Amino acid sequence: MKKNQNVTIKGTKDGLTLHLDDSCSYSELKKELDIKLSESSRAGEDRLISVRVQVGNRYLTSVQQEELKELIRQKKNLIVESISSNVITKEEAAKQREENEITSAAKMIRSGQVLEVPGDLLLIGDVNPGGTVLAGGNIFIMGALKGIAHAGCRGNKKAVVVASLMKPSQLRISDCINRAPDKDQHDEKREMECAYIDENEQITVDRLQVLMHLRPNITRLQGGS
Amino acid sequence: MGEAIVITSGKGGVGKTTTSANVGTALALHGKRVCLVDTDIGLRNLDVVMGLENRIIYDLVDVVEGRCKIHQALVKDKRFDDLLYLLPAAQTSDKSAVKPDQMKKLVDELKQDYDYIVIDCPAGIEQGYKNAVAGADQALVVTTPEVSAVRDADRIIGLLEKEENVEAPKLIINRIRSHMMKNGDMLDVDEITAHLSIDLIGIVADDDEVIKASNHGEPIALNPNSKASVAYRNIARRILGESVPLQPLEEENKSVFSKIKKFFGVK
Repeated sequence: MKKNQNVTIKGTKDGLTLHLDDSCSYSELKKELDIKLSESSRAGEDRLISVRVQVGNRYLTSVQQEELKELIRQKKNLIVESISSNVITKEEAAKQREENEITSAAKMIRSGQVLEVPGDLLLIGDVNPGGTVLAGGNIFIMGALKGIAHAGCRGNKKAVVVASLMKPSQLRISDCINRAPDKDQHDEKREMECAYIDENEQITVDRLQVLMHLRPNITRLQGGS
Repeated sequence: MGEAIVITSGKGGVGKTTTSANVGTALALHGKRVCLVDTDIGLRNLDVVMGLENRIIYDLVDVVEGRCKIHQALVKDKRFDDLLYLLPAAQTSDKSAVKPDQMKKLVDELKQDYDYIVIDCPAGIEQGYKNAVAGADQALVVTTPEVSAVRDADRIIGLLEKEENVEAPKLIINRIRSHMMKNGDMLDVDEITAHLSIDLIGIVADDDEVIKASNHGEPIALNPNSKASVAYRNIARRILGESVPLQPLEEENKSVFSKIKKFFGVK
């Protein structure tokens, strides 16, 4: 063999993995992938095989990703399950960081005001009726929630809303909406509660201690006991 | 250099104009030079409440558009010797006749000559509100113990907190009916203050005398025997920096028997 192969196929117990080398040019890679897949063609089988594609330290644009998927799909019974790369753009990295960040704010959200954060929100203050807080992740309110809170507003169904005083006019998590009962229950104590989407796709409000079992991912603490 | 205080509420009909008239009058009673400015262009009535309607020659829009000098438009209140003046709003134009920067210039000019400029703000959060707030250094938010008024007060406080030249707004709770508060049929003072989380500068009881006095064009603050009058005078004293305890809300039980019981410490 005159040089290392740019395309290697490995079979694992979960299916096939295509390793694409990251040092050659993209056009070279496409050409070799085309040849490789054509020669190992087993036309007899009609069972679909899913493959995972590893591209190493190569950055693929979404157009290139589509091209590769298309190329592999054309070759008989292969279906691309995922394409994984070791590299992402700075924009994606910044977005990821933002979405994993907890943004804290010490203010009152008054009627007509809207506060939106990409990640988790830690609000030290109240949300008054008519005010809205939105977060891509979870919402933690260290005051009274009397307005609207929308957690996981970009589609995260695992997001939760936690408040010291839970009297929202409306609760939204991802695309689920829940509103306060029309009759005010004055006697009810609504302190230290959380809201989450339960297994019936309904927003449920419960004591916040249940979260450690339901959403263990909220814990970010590493180590300790 | 004086201070400009804007009196605002968001909602209409909670008593901004009455409060402006009475706080202004009470400050003048303390010997301060006060100028009341009505910014409710097109729907003025501070002049009516003050009883100065038929002395108006020029108005705020005339001043802004240069048709007269400021001192020509100011209406002097004869009950006070050179202490209380009113700059009336125009009745023939609307809110868009004045711009915030013109208003600010006007108020800055008045601040040279007066200790306090009391600005009566129109209801709403549009142009009229923006004009009224433009020149202000302090803000008093008026609300009544009703959910709708408190909601609008919350909105206006949010807007006021964004204004850089205005200090943290203070709250006046107007038209308190002590028996309804006691029964829990009305929001109580602590509830409202906690909800809005701003400093309370005064509470004013609902008093028929206030309406009577307004209709006669005499601010209630001039009548020392009314409860509301004392409340407005207390607000003025707090603006001047005195610390005055809040008025008790419950009516004093005036029967002789209860006084005797109180004397002996029986409840």
